[in-house]
Amino acid sequence: MASSIRVRATANGDITEVQALIQHPMDTGFVKDAKGELIPAHYIQQLKFECNGKDVFVADWGTAVSKDPYIKFSFKGAKKGDDLKVSWTDNKGASDTTTAKIS
Amino acid sequence: MTTLTGPSATRRLILQGAASVALLGLGNLPFGAAPARAAANDKYPEEAFKQKSEADAIKALYGKTAEPSDKVKLDAPEIAENGGVVPISVTTTLDKVTSISFFVAENPNALAASYRIPVGTIPAVANRLKMAKTTNVVAIVEADGKLYSATKEVKVTVGGCGG
Repeated sequence: MASSIRVRATANGDITEVQALIQHPMDTGFVKDAKGELIPAHYIQQLKFECNGKDVFVADWGTAVSKDPYIKFSFKGAKKGDDLKVSWTDNKGASDTTTAKIS
Repeated sequence: MTTLTGPSATRRLILQGAASVALLGLGNLPFGAAPARAAANDKYPEEAFKQKSEADAIKALYGKTAEPSDKVKLDAPEIAENGGVVPISVTTTLDKVTSISFFVAENPNALAASYRIPVGTIPAVANRLKMAKTTNVVAIVEADGKLYSATKEVKVTVGGCGG
């Protein structure tokens, strides 16, 4: 299966801008399906970005983050060619990891 | 309890001791525990996400209250046609930012997202949140151990929490 994470990291001088898009249903647990049954909550709880062995950004999410979440942030101290590791875990224990090269 | 002999007297002493230790512990709490909770806590704040109201969620997450600040800039649309996807971003000119959190006041659970900002990361975040109905969005920035907030009302035409 293709990775659920799409990430783009671009270095501009000292600052690296990161944009990430993750495929995830982010079910709130409040929505009913076609049969009128509640769809149980299923959402990403933690999303982590690591670069050069250091956490550069950690997100704790609740159910109020939109489906297929998008996130954008910037950090200092990385250069072109460095690896950026992205990983998430959800409330059902599923997880995914990907590594992107900073361009 | 039928016997009032040696062992039970010792027991009472021990209990007294325990009680005074507990009191001491409570007395220290406001000084010791609050910064520890804010700094480098790697655990997912499960309790804060369960709180219904915004005030309770802020208390559970940070253990203190925030003051409004014009150094926190919250960017959100005036009107969101689809409450399921509301683009919201925050930037701040404050120094020593350690975390940024988003609250949606009248969602079933007020805390939407909380971001930890390590040293070297720019204190600016953009994301997309769900909103149940027209209400206030609050961004809280934790900088140098203090909390600063910015609030903006977003009108929602179609709610994003189903039901």
